[in-house]
Amino acid sequence: MRVETSSRIRVTVNGTAYERDVETRRLLIHFLRDDLDLTGSHIGCDTGNCGACSVLLDGTLVKSCMLLAVQADGASIETVEGLSEGDELSPLQQAFRDRHALQCGYCTPGMLMSATALLARNPRPSEAEIRKGLQGNICRCTGYWNIIKAVQQASGQEVAE
Amino acid sequence: MSETTVAPAEQEVAAPQEEWKGQSLPRKEDRRLVQGQGVFVDDVKRHNMGFAHFVRSPYAHAKIRSIDVSKALEAPGVIGTLTGDEVATLTDPFFQLSTPPGSQIKDYALAVGRARFVGDPVAIVVAESRELARDAAELVEVDYEPLPPITDARRALDDGAPVLHDEAGTNLVWEGVYEWGSWDEAVAEADRIVKISELHFDRFNSTPLETDGALVEYNAGTGQWTIHANNQFPGFAVIMMGPAMRCGIDKLRFVTQDIGGGFGNKITSHPQLVAICLLARKLRRPIQWTEWRTEFHLSMSHGNERWFHDVEVAVKDDGTLLGFRTKALDDAGAFTRYEPLGGVIWAQVTPGMYRWRNVRLEFTQVVTNKAPVSPNRGYSRLQHLWFTERVIDIVAHQLGLDPVAVRKRNYIRADEMPYTTPNGCIYDSGDYARMLDTALELIGYDRLDERRREVEGRGKLFGFGIGSTLDSGTNNFGQSRLINPELQFSGNNEVATVKLDIFGEIVVTIGTTPQGQSHETTAAMVVADILGVSPDDVNVRAGHDSYWNSHAGFSGTYASQFAVTGLGAVKGAADRLAADIKKIAAAVLGADGPDGIVLEGGFAKRADMPEAALPFMAVGAIVNANNAVLPEDAREITLNQRYVYVPPFQIPDTEKKYGNLTLTYAAQVHVALVEVDPETGVYEIVEHAAVDDCGKRIHPQIVEGQVMGATAHGLGAATHETFTYDEDGNLLTPNFYDYHVPHAMDVPPLKTGFVESPSPFTALGTKGMGEGGGAAIHAVCAALQDALRGAGGAIVHESCNPPHRVWGLLSDPESSRRRVEVVPA
Repeated sequence: MRVETSSRIRVTVNGTAYERDVETRRLLIHFLRDDLDLTGSHIGCDTGNCGACSVLLDGTLVKSCMLLAVQADGASIETVEGLSEGDELSPLQQAFRDRHALQCGYCTPGMLMSATALLARNPRPSEAEIRKGLQGNICRCTGYWNIIKAVQQASGQEVAE
Repeated sequence: MSETTVAPAEQEVAAPQEEWKGQSLPRKEDRRLVQGQGVFVDDVKRHNMGFAHFVRSPYAHAKIRSIDVSKALEAPGVIGTLTGDEVATLTDPFFQLSTPPGSQIKDYALAVGRARFVGDPVAIVVAESRELARDAAELVEVDYEPLPPITDARRALDDGAPVLHDEAGTNLVWEGVYEWGSWDEAVAEADRIVKISELHFDRFNSTPLETDGALVEYNAGTGQWTIHANNQFPGFAVIMMGPAMRCGIDKLRFVTQDIGGGFGNKITSHPQLVAICLLARKLRRPIQWTEWRTEFHLSMSHGNERWFHDVEVAVKDDGTLLGFRTKALDDAGAFTRYEPLGGVIWAQVTPGMYRWRNVRLEFTQVVTNKAPVSPNRGYSRLQHLWFTERVIDIVAHQLGLDPVAVRKRNYIRADEMPYTTPNGCIYDSGDYARMLDTALELIGYDRLDERRREVEGRGKLFGFGIGSTLDSGTNNFGQSRLINPELQFSGNNEVATVKLDIFGEIVVTIGTTPQGQSHETTAAMVVADILGVSPDDVNVRAGHDSYWNSHAGFSGTYASQFAVTGLGAVKGAADRLAADIKKIAAAVLGADGPDGIVLEGGFAKRADMPEAALPFMAVGAIVNANNAVLPEDAREITLNQRYVYVPPFQIPDTEKKYGNLTLTYAAQVHVALVEVDPETGVYEIVEHAAVDDCGKRIHPQIVEGQVMGATAHGLGAATHETFTYDEDGNLLTPNFYDYHVPHAMDVPPLKTGFVESPSPFTALGTKGMGEGGGAAIHAVCAALQDALRGAGGAIVHESCNPPHRVWGLLSDPESSRRRVEVVPA
């Protein structure tokens, strides 16, 4: 006999407070996408490898498919939708655009969140550090070269042409 | 809580330039995509939608005795189910492209009576949530009777081999002999024959990060389905779906905005879409389906696995290549959903980049108990070009010749363009030797010996390799008749509309389904140049909608053609709109006919009196809302132009298998440098250079982005990516945990270069491009073989060489060398 359980959780996402009943087994990514309709974060795999669902949970980079929504109770979450001020792109978003660091744009939200976390802890990462910082995010369009340049640009460093 | 009022975005592009084409402007698509405002298929929601989950076969081959959905139907939240038996009642088998025996294959939206690969869908459960649907799917009881599988295509035609499709009575799909020139004459002229017993191109695909999906609504009143999906070739999908569903194709409205990568892998989702359509009608609810990653790997769109047997190459001692013959064997997987087109698509690039004139290729395609194949970036040419490149380097290796010199001796020369290949294809333009020189310069070829010594001093093996390939674009669908002369396909087309609306808005629609190829940006640039405005003034609608009436039979985004067909259509429609605007302005401004009007800065001006000018807003307003002011002869003008681009093709000669199969030939030359650990076979690509020639580049940055992406796919395919099956037909790489694609730490330093040889055959001098990844696969193979020269001289005979295969070549070079033999001619 299947037992349905649900819990009431409170989260703040991009500065907005939400209170919702969720099934205990609901993944955080499905909670964000389906319950809160924040569809910027994506799903690209079943195994935690692709990073398309990356968000910041109380400032820590997490893959939101690897957490249950109930585990986020009380947390403050940042997603791609919170990166820009109004329609003004953040320096990182602008750098992705300038450097053609995205094609289909499906991995981009997760990639931006990983890069945001990287720059928060290491404002001037070396190329090797950028590659390591983004190794949890799969991009199948760009080959990463332009993404690395975009992060270099956003961190105010010289970009190797 | 505070509210922000957002003003419309400001103009982003500076004042009009001489010409927008050729500039790397900011992409129109990016603003929404970097803010998480794209709309991908799983983002589309409808009130009361049900979530579909597929029940899939755990067996590679099994008879389905029965399916019992009763327990699933009783599970919480379950709305309904669909089984193969219902599908067989409600639909007809999909149209098959092949002649017999392949044409006898019966393919439905769900398995009917028999499962033919692990992951073959046998039933669907729809429930109120994704989780409940998945739970209930486990309650579907399927009584299977396992059958022996066939997992090695080389054994598929053996006596006693298990047969997948009883109706066909054999695992053979299609076979044909292609022969041009004369093998005997090639032998007569040759000094030697190089024989290679077997080469193998691995099964892989480019695994777009977004899986397949759909949100389907059924309108019971009109009998129409609206299919929000990420299928990348709706023109093909409706041809497959309409007859199967016994409905007209206008009942199948396809809508797409953003697609998370396609690479050809999203062409053959028509079976799944039919199943979801049936459920939307049956359950009278919108049905949502998003494939899980593991489902994608198990069941969708693997690239064609191909063997080349009994290869013989006629060659002179100086390295002049005269001809080759071989038997190609293609593994289609369990169903032929785009096949056996792979049996002819390779012929677009029959001689590769080389001047040999005598070719014989016996092509055989079979089915096996593996996932069905479908196009994958470089579809079918990838395999063939890898083969021609492998032949070049094996010949060079065996005859002790320099791979650079052999290529330059045999490359088709720039002064021979346009060049007619032995099978009647016309290479439009190109300078392959110059591309190779550019690549060698990028890689520091003149310092290579020094570098080799340095690497060997560290105890590693050093290898240098070249891959030179073609990206043939804009298919002549008449080539399908070389497979089946009865097929009524030929030529190609794409549609665009460009209109000037009441407030002077310029609106463009295109029939394509872009997945990152930046169509909004480049189309706007082409229109801006013609109408004398900024690309910011041009609104290109995102995605595809059949209701826009801007599509035709071959609409979609596949096979390297947008820069030719899509932009050709955009240019045609914009030219017509420009003529419309000039006609109106001439009438209103009293100019001496439309030729007396110029379009500049959003105005239509009299050339002889520029102060007499009509803003586009006035032109739009007059035609749309104030047309009584117009003279009679200007009243037929609509300012809404539709243009169908049709390339200049003929039907190929089906007897001789001769004719022009593609309009443009973009080219790639890649060079890779590797360092190999001789103890373990672990290796690193330490540098890679990619040179591309796609004719006139509308947007150089976007072109370079495509080159980079294709390179990454090639490097992944060369080093790790294979769909490996065990002997029972279980896929061993069913997700990104086991199927290793390149990550940020894996890609080598890359240098890119370009050569620009405008196509004489296209409206803008452009060539389709984006599929040039094959060059990277081969460059790595060649570099590995070069590195292994100093450690046993193994012959690289497979396309994918993960470290364990390289270790195999190092530890037993003999068995690979036994595959190759050189005999006097």
